[in-house]
Amino acid sequence: MKSDEIQSENIVVDEGLDILEQTVRNEYKYGFVTDIEADSAPKGLNEDTIRFISAKKEEPEWMLEWRLKAFRQWLKMQEPHWANLKYPAIDYQDIIYYSAPKQKEKPKSLDEIDPELRKTFEKLGISLDEQKRLTGVAVDAVIDSVSIATTFKEQLAEQGIIFCSMSEAIQNHPELVRQYLSSVVPVTDNYFAALNAAVFSDGSFVYIPKGVRCPMELSTYFRINAENTGQFERTLIVADEGSFVSYLEGCTAPMRDENQLHAAVVELVAMDNAEIKYSTVQNWYPGDKEGNGGIYNFVTKRGICKGNHSKISWTQVETGSAITWKYPSVILKGDHSVGEFYSVAVTNNYQQADTGTKMMHLGKNTRSRIVSKGISAGFSQNSYRGLVHVGKNATGARNFSQCDSLLLGDKCGAHTFPYIEVKNKSGVVEHEATTSKIGEDQIFYCNQRGIDTETAVALIVNGFAKEVMAHLPMEFAVEAQKLLAISLEGSVG
Amino acid sequence: MLSIRNLHANIDGKEILRGINLDIKAGEVHAIMGPNGSGKSTLSAVIAGREDYEVTEGEIEFMGKNLMDFSPEERAGEGIFLSFQYPIEIPGLTTTNFIKTAVNEIRKYRGQEPMDAVQFLKKMKEKMTLVNIDQSLLSRSLNEGFSGGEKKRNEIFQMAMLEPRLAILDETDSGLDIDAIRIVANGVNKLRTKDNAVLLVTHYQRLLDYIIPDFVHVLYKGRIVKSGTKELAYELEEKGYDFIKAEVEQGA
Ligand SMILES: Nc1ncnc2c1ncn2[C@@H]1O[C@H](COP(=O)(O)OP(=O)(O)OP(=O)(O)O)[C@@H](O)[C@H]1O
Ligand SMILES: [Mg+2]
Repeated sequence: MKSDEIQSENIVVDEGLDILEQTVRNEYKYGFVTDIEADSAPKGLNEDTIRFISAKKEEPEWMLEWRLKAFRQWLKMQEPHWANLKYPAIDYQDIIYYSAPKQKEKPKSLDEIDPELRKTFEKLGISLDEQKRLTGVAVDAVIDSVSIATTFKEQLAEQGIIFCSMSEAIQNHPELVRQYLSSVVPVTDNYFAALNAAVFSDGSFVYIPKGVRCPMELSTYFRINAENTGQFERTLIVADEGSFVSYLEGCTAPMRDENQLHAAVVELVAMDNAEIKYSTVQNWYPGDKEGNGGIYNFVTKRGICKGNHSKISWTQVETGSAITWKYPSVILKGDHSVGEFYSVAVTNNYQQADTGTKMMHLGKNTRSRIVSKGISAGFSQNSYRGLVHVGKNATGARNFSQCDSLLLGDKCGAHTFPYIEVKNKSGVVEHEATTSKIGEDQIFYCNQRGIDTETAVALIVNGFAKEVMAHLPMEFAVEAQKLLAISLEGSVG
Repeated sequence: MLSIRNLHANIDGKEILRGINLDIKAGEVHAIMGPNGSGKSTLSAVIAGREDYEVTEGEIEFMGKNLMDFSPEERAGEGIFLSFQYPIEIPGLTTTNFIKTAVNEIRKYRGQEPMDAVQFLKKMKEKMTLVNIDQSLLSRSLNEGFSGGEKKRNEIFQMAMLEPRLAILDETDSGLDIDAIRIVANGVNKLRTKDNAVLLVTHYQRLLDYIIPDFVHVLYKGRIVKSGTKELAYELEEKGYDFIKAEVEQGA
């Protein structure tokens, strides 16, 4: 008998349920505001705003030029409206594009961080304390527009790994930044990407040298704090030949009545035989039960498997935001490269999500796998939108897509928009889709075994999402399970 | 233990139970038989607290408490177990996980500490032998792709794990092969004590050869129209329901 197997499995469930109990009736628990002085740009967007941001960050001339070019392009572009999303027009002049918590100096060590900020991160359950090595996760913390602290830097540097804020990378590693920045997501790729290029304030930068296996999870926590502020972070991860890195992104925001804009860009580059695993637990404030407030999340994430036998894997658990517009994609350029997309997207109340992926098969014998699990409750709308493209030289390309939707109640919607373009006859593209409902009889069966409805929904939903959750780093799997349960609270019965 | 008085229940405005009276004492086994659609599963579900049914009249008392005041999960906590005629599936949730959650939620209801993994495993092993269920089944998603017989066996395994005061087995024998019926019956018998009781819903007298009932009731059109001992089951097996139907029509 495989007793070990059962045992470990149960331990995980135990924790999951305990946490669930603790958080029952706990609505969006990250909805607090930290009282810290901020250093902000005036509202509105013009070339001066961009000069202000660039000057604040003491950027080199080339960076300012790059931003201005992006801005001039952006002015000529139109906000896209092809997604299955409805929201009032965004007033881009009514947003503050830069806000930094006021600190006297950039902290030299973690001890110098403003105690208020430190408290914020403690509330979020993020340890900035390098002593707590047990957690084995290196963290870059970004609040509003700037990176506050990056932990474990020195230990990583010993292996030649660079893990720092984007602003530091621009100062200290300009050659790497210039080589790879916007090499995957061009400045004019889309409206939000162009906006991000113009005004991005910070983000994380990772470089893993040849043959190095990054010894710990790298993680960035993003938090919007100041009012009326947009958050525009930019992350760039480069995995050189034969290297490996697993990176996790998490995010929260205070509860506010008005919507706030978040438009991030993430670029991944994997060279020969390199592997990047990028996981996201997206928990931006989703708005209240009536659909007021919440973050508008317009994100461009793309990776390129540049080298042969390289691999990029996106895993996302999306529970937050009022509006989600997000399609983490992989360009499979290298021969035998592999792209993966594992997604759980939960929408409740009046949330709307239009999310999916693009797998662009260009190299030979490239493979991709898409597993998307959409869970809709309340009055929400949840759409999967995916493109599988097999280029004319992509001999032997293979894709498998599985898109499942789970509905709670009958006022919500689930939609699937799979697009397939095959230009090479040898390509094999498979697509499967299912839609199911949590049934009264499933709930009653659980109730009859002593399990209340809230817990039953959590069990059913976690079962549904299991295949995706299994791809999250262990440290975050329990947290993600708990998040799923919380975001669906009160949605049944 | 269980006392049902003049129970009437509707679904979608249609009256299914039309005045049920039934008393079950600790240590007893009662069998309910009756033609298809007579209301056997409805009665089982109403005792378990399924909310789709509207109880319009009458009462159910369990261990001196008015069951109407309890939700389905509280009734489970009070010791009522229902083996479903058609067990449902939950993809992605392993049977083991499900049972562990059930065990601990019921313990919580009773103010007991949750079982740790070691205790739980020990109990699992013990009950697995009792109902002769395969380990591999328990690490699969709950009832997903289980054969009819495997689902029923899983129900009995859950009963063994939860150790209810009152077990209602709704056609647990249907779909079981001859050996499996014997094993399941054996399991039920081993779990019997002077403190618990069993309500068996069945169409076949064969099960009653293995689990000897103290009383047999015939349910017809939402009423218990005849009660007797084990002999009644033989009579039904031999004559079918016609003679009962005739009796009822005559009496009416
Ligand atoms: N949701 C429903 N809507 C309408 N009628 C229903 C509903 N559920 C059950 N019924 C009816 O109630 C009656 C009793 O059904 P029940 O399942 O209790 O019968 P049963 O005695 O268990 O039958 P069987 O031996 O076939 O299992 C049947 O006529 C059935 O069609
Ligand atoms: Mg029935």
